[in-house]
Amino acid sequence: MNKIKNLADLRKLQSEVQSKIKIRENGNTPESFIQIKVAMATCGIASGAKETMMFMIAELEHQGIDAVVTQTGCMSYCYAEPTIELTIPGQPPVVYGFVNKTKALEIIEKHIKLNEMVDGIIPVTYSNIDK
Amino acid sequence: MKDLSLHILDIVQNSLRAKAKLIGIEIAERPEDNQLVIIITDNGTGMNQEQLENSIDPFFTSRTTRKVGLGLSLLRQNAEMTGGAFRIESELGKGTKVSATFGLNHIDRPIMGDLVGTLLILICSPGETDYTFTYQTPFGKLELDTKEVKQMLESVPITHPDVRSFLKKMLNDNLKQIQICE
Repeated sequence: MNKIKNLADLRKLQSEVQSKIKIRENGNTPESFIQIKVAMATCGIASGAKETMMFMIAELEHQGIDAVVTQTGCMSYCYAEPTIELTIPGQPPVVYGFVNKTKALEIIEKHIKLNEMVDGIIPVTYSNIDK
Repeated sequence: MKDLSLHILDIVQNSLRAKAKLIGIEIAERPEDNQLVIIITDNGTGMNQEQLENSIDPFFTSRTTRKVGLGLSLLRQNAEMTGGAFRIESELGKGTKVSATFGLNHIDRPIMGDLVGTLLILICSPGETDYTFTYQTPFGKLELDTKEVKQMLESVPITHPDVRSFLKKMLNDNLKQIQICE
């Protein structure tokens, strides 16, 4: 039978990860990271926002890109779900609609890595989606 | 919603929007009664009597950004379609409890889906909300409390990729061990 991982094993991991974090402690503020908010309301979830979010987390991690990917509430663009809000440090946020895995990869490869915006931006006028 | 894990993700969003600091997700398989029970509790702002009565109306929402609120009504519909039941209780200032019972072996019951993925999205997020998760089957019980996890991690964030991978493996192994339904 496979050994079942339990929370006690987390202690070992904690010390390993702690040492890694100390190395890159400088400049570790949230503003210094690329931030991606995935709209996770009923319409978003029904349209595949969960798959989009999990794909982006895995792909960014795979490519070694430091980014904070979080869920957020309704952005009120139900027709364009899944939607994401991408903020590159020092730049205003951009909202993309219809972000499936293919579009998510395109956003990572072009907007995040090359700073080139791609098709699918929803023109919005707001200061913060949390309002 | 294609599966139950998406329903859970959706209902928990209501709790997060209600500023809950502690959210409980409880799932129990009761083959002897042919039931699968999902209970989501939170200590958020709760609802008044009028909001509570309207909460399962798909054309009612407390949001101002759109006119519909489908999450609870879709859950209720799916539960009742399998011969199950749906119940919502709430008290202003105390929190809300949503219970959905499904016919475990009913042909119309949605599959459980990617439950671990749902849990990781919720648990490994940078907010201050804590979660308790329990899954009971005839083969055992899995319990997870994120307060306990965060205590063990000390200053290591729960959002760290290595922590996420650890929790993914741990949850998958343990859910397999207690033989959860599809």
